[in-house]
This record gives sequence, structure tokens and C-alpha cells, in this order.
Amino acid sequence: MSLATHRLQSSATSFDGLKTIIRGNSVWLLAIAFAIFFSLQSAFFLTPFNISNVLTQCVFVGLLAIGMTPVVISGNIDLSVGAVVGLTACIVVALQPYGLGVAVLAALAAGLLVGLVNGLIVEKMGISSFIVTLAMMSGIRGLTFLAIGDISLSSTDDRLNTFAMLAIGPISIVVVLFAALAAIVGVVLRFTSHGRNTYAIGGNRSAAVDAGIAVSRHVIANFALCGLMAATCGIAMAANLGAAAPSFGRDYELLAITAVVLGGTRLQGGKGGVAGTLGAVLALAILRNGLNLLRVSPFYIPVVVGLVLIMALVLDRRVNRQAMRHGE
Amino acid sequence: MLDRRVDEDRSRECIAAAAEPLMRIRCIAKAFPGVRALGGVNLDIFAGEVHALCGENGAGKSTLMKILAGGIRPDEGEILHSGAAYEPKNPRDARNSGVVLIHQEMSLAPDLSVAENIFLGSLPCKWNGMIDRRRLNDDAARALKACGYDIDPAARAGDLPIARQQMVEIARATAFPCSVVIFDEPTATLTEAEAESLFRTIERLRKNNVAIIYISHKMKEIFRLSDRISVLRDGETQATLRTADADEAQVMSLMIGRTLDRRPASQRKFAGNQVLAVSGLSSPDAFEDVSFTITEGEILGLYGLVGAGRSELAEAIFGLRQANGALLWQGRPVTVRRPRDAVALGIGLVPQDRKKQGLVLGAGGRENVILANLAKLSAWGLLRRAKAAALYSEFAERLRLRSASPTTAVVTLSGGNQQKVVLAKWLATDPRLLILDEPTRGIDVGAKDEVYKIIRELAGSGMAVLLISSEMPEVLGLSDRIVTMHHGRLTGEFRGGEVGEEDLIRAVMSADHDRRSKPAVAV
Ligand SMILES: Nc1ncnc2c1ncn2[C@@H]1O[C@H](COP(=O)(O)OP(=O)(O)OP(=O)(O)O)[C@@H](O)[C@H]1O
Ligand SMILES: [Mg+2]
Repeated sequence: MSLATHRLQSSATSFDGLKTIIRGNSVWLLAIAFAIFFSLQSAFFLTPFNISNVLTQCVFVGLLAIGMTPVVISGNIDLSVGAVVGLTACIVVALQPYGLGVAVLAALAAGLLVGLVNGLIVEKMGISSFIVTLAMMSGIRGLTFLAIGDISLSSTDDRLNTFAMLAIGPISIVVVLFAALAAIVGVVLRFTSHGRNTYAIGGNRSAAVDAGIAVSRHVIANFALCGLMAATCGIAMAANLGAAAPSFGRDYELLAITAVVLGGTRLQGGKGGVAGTLGAVLALAILRNGLNLLRVSPFYIPVVVGLVLIMALVLDRRVNRQAMRHGE
Repeated sequence: MLDRRVDEDRSRECIAAAAEPLMRIRCIAKAFPGVRALGGVNLDIFAGEVHALCGENGAGKSTLMKILAGGIRPDEGEILHSGAAYEPKNPRDARNSGVVLIHQEMSLAPDLSVAENIFLGSLPCKWNGMIDRRRLNDDAARALKACGYDIDPAARAGDLPIARQQMVEIARATAFPCSVVIFDEPTATLTEAEAESLFRTIERLRKNNVAIIYISHKMKEIFRLSDRISVLRDGETQATLRTADADEAQVMSLMIGRTLDRRPASQRKFAGNQVLAVSGLSSPDAFEDVSFTITEGEILGLYGLVGAGRSELAEAIFGLRQANGALLWQGRPVTVRRPRDAVALGIGLVPQDRKKQGLVLGAGGRENVILANLAKLSAWGLLRRAKAAALYSEFAERLRLRSASPTTAVVTLSGGNQQKVVLAKWLATDPRLLILDEPTRGIDVGAKDEVYKIIRELAGSGMAVLLISSEMPEVLGLSDRIVTMHHGRLTGEFRGGEVGEEDLIRAVMSADHDRRSKPAVAV
């Protein structure tokens, strides 16, 4: 009998393994499918210029989505990232007279601070992160407008813009930096104890507490990281455009959450990862770019994105439910 | 079990010799808003003893254990561990002092691996901050092997069946040196065979001079395992007895302050109308070719080991799971695609996992009972408050539900009291066919008898009851007819009152053999 169960288990694991590979990368398959579809529809799609364009489009939402992933895995959400983009973009441009280094550091510090405050309020006061970061979002956006006014600031220091224009072949330096950051966050989540504890907290918080994990510290760290990534996004955006405005990053929190969810991270926490988020960011960027190339009205694009998201989640639900049955 | 006596004598000697108890609990009190959970508990725990803790649902057992394990802080009182003051601030403190708790509710992180769960909170790292996976898996394999468990350390914890998840918890508890191991109702979700393996683990721990605190509502286990028994009532220690000098009746009367009258099941004959006939029902990966009938007023017991496919069968009948085959409801062929169809026919299901399927955790007990009975309790689409309150208090009283108020959120209730709310909710709906899946899991002895009485009354008034249980006495004591299930197939059918424990065990153990000779035994 033990032999029989053993055999059953080993076949189950190899079957599960295959399923996990498909499941873990389904969004990458989606991205590839989009790429194939649009390259057949438009000759322009696969040109180096367009590819580099798509990749650059990935960066901004991507930075936010990568930072958001650990927050969501630990069972929270951060709606304030878009507002932080606006704030830090303005800081990095407005403080340029004091030196570029100061400006960049101040922007990063601002992002980090917002993240820390978010995390502290969520953990120490026990208020839902949805509410805390929702309040933070409108507060920061409002303050940025109050400080700057409804205008756009143009960069006085060219070095930032020049740096952003650097490229390795067709690939912009910003894309390379983004890839590096994504890799770091991915490794942290998968291979360090902070990462594994993050999964434990999202999966079963009381178990994590009982195991003696300093739950609050990990949750706060993830919020701080998320703020830092949002600041990086703000700086990158200001550098890329050579300007900043308080309205920068508006609605980006929603785009980022879309990517995180499409990438297979569970909103209740405990499950997901950077690879999926990255694939989702790419798939969404290809979709937007492709629809633009096909001259689809810009008003239809959000509709299509919404449909894709819902379809992907429905499919994912199906696969997951089957897998769950199988596991039982 | 032969050396049980010797062991017992040995541990007696230990207790006699070691004048100083390993853990001394003095006047521990704890109150939650609206409830006094503990009001001055005194307890001495010795190394190398199995100390059973009994008490009604809500008596404060789990609360006391959470205090010992650092989960919550007491309001008053002191604890001495090896003679020194012991005030764990969190579970990690407690673990560092060698005190670990195996929880009443499962407490693994489902998406982490078995190995990660075992060493959660102290994952081994390499110099560069990366987790040392090889060491992690090796250590976990060693910890599992030391307990005699054959589990893959790399498997995802959430994919394991409940019994194996518990094994992981035990391996986690004993992977580090420990002096006190607390089991809070460990066998509530285990089959007898799985429980046996747990008992072996407990014996092994005891031989290593570990103190074991064992909470259970199952008297048989308590008397088999323990050296001493302490009884809690209303948050106070009632008495501590030597198991050898005590008997069940004495413990029970200490627990509930009255004696139970236990009558064997009356034998009844049935010639009523058929309510449900299931024929050739199959569901992939769960069960195959299941056929049975159930008539008005009949209690049909479905006995089998956990994992035999019993719950899946119940889900299929209730429309929660896809299945092929025919259902005849009062002689009419019907299809049940979702629970709503089942409810419309008059089928009720008390599900196995109360957290997942049975309760609105944030709502009060009354709200939960009302939700399932809205139609009955409303007139012209409006809820009749007084009627609802009366219905709730009737069941709360009968089941001895211990809740600060009818609106206290059910999450804060003790495990057994949550189960009582689930039961009250479905018992009150008065369906034609009630499916009960492990209805008395975690319920104390006094309330259990009341539940049995209610089930018999309902059957007496014409309700058909399908009783799924892995507790043999429950199935034998209640059922008019019993079918057994093994590996997704029905393997035998017996008349209640004419069947003994051995028959049932044989039917679910040697089923592989039986199946080949004759597919289903008919009466
Ligand atoms: N977090 C909490 N908030 C409010 N009340 C609580 C909380 N935890 C426990 N209680 C209450 O304390 C009392 C004791 O509960 P406890 O869980 O210790 O009972 P128990 O003896 O373990 O019962 P069972 O046998 O049902 O598991 C109950 O009345 C319960 O409702
Ligand atoms: Mg309890």
C-alpha cells in the first residue's frame, strides 16, 4: 500500500511540475502570442526602433509593479505609488539647483519615507493597507499640487536627460537598470529569508507569527521597497522627459496592480512572483503598442486591456481549480 | 502497548522522585472583551508525563495553551519553568525555552515547501544572505525521519492532506530541542490509523523525558495516553487526577457538573418513502460507481477513512462537485448542478471544514443561524426579529453554546463553539435530507450527546440523515444502516445494531480484496 501511494505521489508531482511550469509562465506565453499576432499584422512591429520603444514603455509601469509585487504577496496593497511618482519627479527636478546628487537622493528618500509611513501605519495601527494608502495617495497628490501648482517644471540639469538617453545597442540604459532591479527583487523574494517570510506572512499570517517571524518588520520593509521603486520610477520619468509635473504617474497605481494580478500574484497574498509580473508588464506593453500601430482608437485600448485581464483571470481560475482538485 | 504498564510505573517514579515540577502554573487569569476565559488556573506539569487537559467547549483550554506558547499574555498569575519565571513575549521566546504548541487549527503557510515550513522563522542562510536550500532540505529530511514520517521536504505544504500537514507541524515542533509539547485536539481530523502513528510519536517524546500536554474531547484517547488528567471548567482548574485512579464518568461529571445518561441507539425498522436514490455516481479522482438509497426518517451512516471520498460524495450530491450518474429524488430523476438546486430540493449539508464553507466568521452566531433560515424567519420579505432570536436561543441553549452574546463575532469563539454554530444553523433549516460531514468534530462530550439527541429527533420527525463520520462509536451508535467506503468505492452495507467495530474496520481495510470478489455487498 505504501508503494502504491508512493507511486501515486510521484506521478502527481511530475504532473504538477508540468502544470506549474505552464501556470507560472502562462503570461509569458500570452506576451509571445501578442508579439506574434502584431508582427503579422504590422511590418513595423519588429523594427529595432519599435522594440526599444516597447521596452521603454515597460519600464515605468514595470518599476511600480515590481515594487508592488512583494507588498501584494505579503497580503497588502499600495495605492500611493502613482502619487509618489508625481512627488519624486517634481523633487528631482525642483531640487536640481542644489546639485543633481542631492536632488536624486532627496527623491529616493521621499519615496522611502512614504513607504515606511505606509507600512508603519498599517502594521502598528492595524488599519487596512487599502485605506491607508488610498489616503496617502490623495494626500501626496494634493500636497504636490499645492507646492508646485498646476504647471510643469523643466529640467535645468542636462545630465539626467543625457543619462537616460544612453543606450546599449537599441536597448536604453533605463531598460537595463529596470531589468537589474527586477532581478534583484526576484532573487530576494525567491532565495532570501525575507522573501520566504513574505510568502509565509501572506499565506498564513498567524502561522508566521507563531513561527516567531518579525511579521511587522517584513511588511514594513516591503512597503519601503515599494516606495523606493516608485521614487526610482519618478526619477526615471523626469529624466526621460527632461521635465516633471505634479500630475505624473496618475492612474499608474492601477496599471501596476493590473500587471501584478495578471502576472499571477494572488491579491489575498501568499502566492506570486516577479517573473509573472514582468511577463504581464511586457504583455500589456506589447498590447498597447500593437493596438497603437493598428491605429485602434486610444479609447478602445483600456477596454481591451480590461477584457484581457478578466479573460486571463478566468482562465487562471479554471487551471488553478483543477490543480486544487488534483492536489486534494 | 505491552510495555505500557512498565512505562506508567516508570513515569510514576519520575513524578515521585522529581519533587519539583517542570512547569508550575499559578493563578493564571485572562479576560477578553465580554468573556472571562481564564480565572485562576493552577497546574503542575512534570517532565516525562502525558498530562491530559479536559473541559467543555469554551472552558479555556486553548487560551491557557496559547499563554504557555507565547501567543497571548495572561492578565494575572505567574508561570515557573524549571524553577525560573517564564514570561514568553511571543512564540519564538516560548520555543527558545523549549515550549511548543501544535495548534487546534492548521498553521502552515500553504505556498511554502514542507522544509520551509519546518524551519519557518529560522531559515538557514549562506554568507550572502541566500537561503541554503540544500542544508534546509537535508535538515528537514532529518527532522521528518526522526519522527518516522515519509514526506518529501520539497513538496508544497498546501498540497498535503491534513494528516500529513499535521505531521509536518509535529516535525517542526520537535526539530528543535523541546521540553514541553502541547497538542490541542490533534486527532480531530485524523483517522484511527493516523492517530495511532501520532500516539507512537507521543510515546517517543515521553520516553525522551518531554512533558506532553494533551487536549482532547475523546475520552478513550485520554485514558489510553495520559498519566494524569486535569479538568478545566469555566476557566478554573477543577481537579487533577491520576489516570489510573480515575474513570470516565468521574472526569465527565467534573467537566460539565452533571452526569450523562447514555443510552444505546434504539433499533428502528424502516419502510418509509425513499427520499434519495443515487445510482452509478462517479467523479474523477474522488469516487466511482457509488449507489445507495436513503428513506424518510432513516439515519444512514457512511463510514470510511479520511480520504476515502466520503466528503467528495457529499459535495457531489449537494452540487459542489461535478459527477456523472443518476440521482432520484423521491422517485423523480433530478440534476443538481449547484448548491442552490440542492437547497431547493430540500437537501442540507453541514460541511467538513467549518472555516472554509460553513460560517461567516465576522458575523455573530445569531446572524449565521439567521442567514441559512431567512425564508423561514421572514414574512413579506422582512425578517421577524423576535422569531429569529427565539430560534437562535433555543439551539444555543440546547447545544450549550458559550458565546458572550448572540452578536459576538464567531471568529472569537472556541473551536468547538464554532462547530456548534454551524450545526445550529443547518439543524434549524429542517431539510428533507440532511448531510452531516463529521458533525461533532471538536465538540465536547456533553454537547455531543445533545447533538445525537437532536439528530435522532429530527430523524424521528421524518428527516433523512446521511451521517459521514470517521468516529466509529458515533456511526455505530446513531445509524440505522451503515455503508462503508474505501478508495472511492462503497465496500459494504450493514444494519445498525447488528454490526460491530471489527466488521467496519474489515470493510474499510480489506476492501481491495473484497472489491475483486463482489463489487458491492447488498443486504
Ligand atoms: N481572541 C478572543 N477574543 C474574544 N474571546 C475569545 C478569544 N479567544 C478565546 N475567547 C473566548 O474565551 C473562551 C475560552 O476559549 P478557548 O478557545 O480557550 O476554549 P477551549 O477550552 O479551547 O474550547 P474548545 O474545546 O471548543 O476548543 C471562549 O468563551 C472564547 O469565546
Ligand atoms: Mg480549543
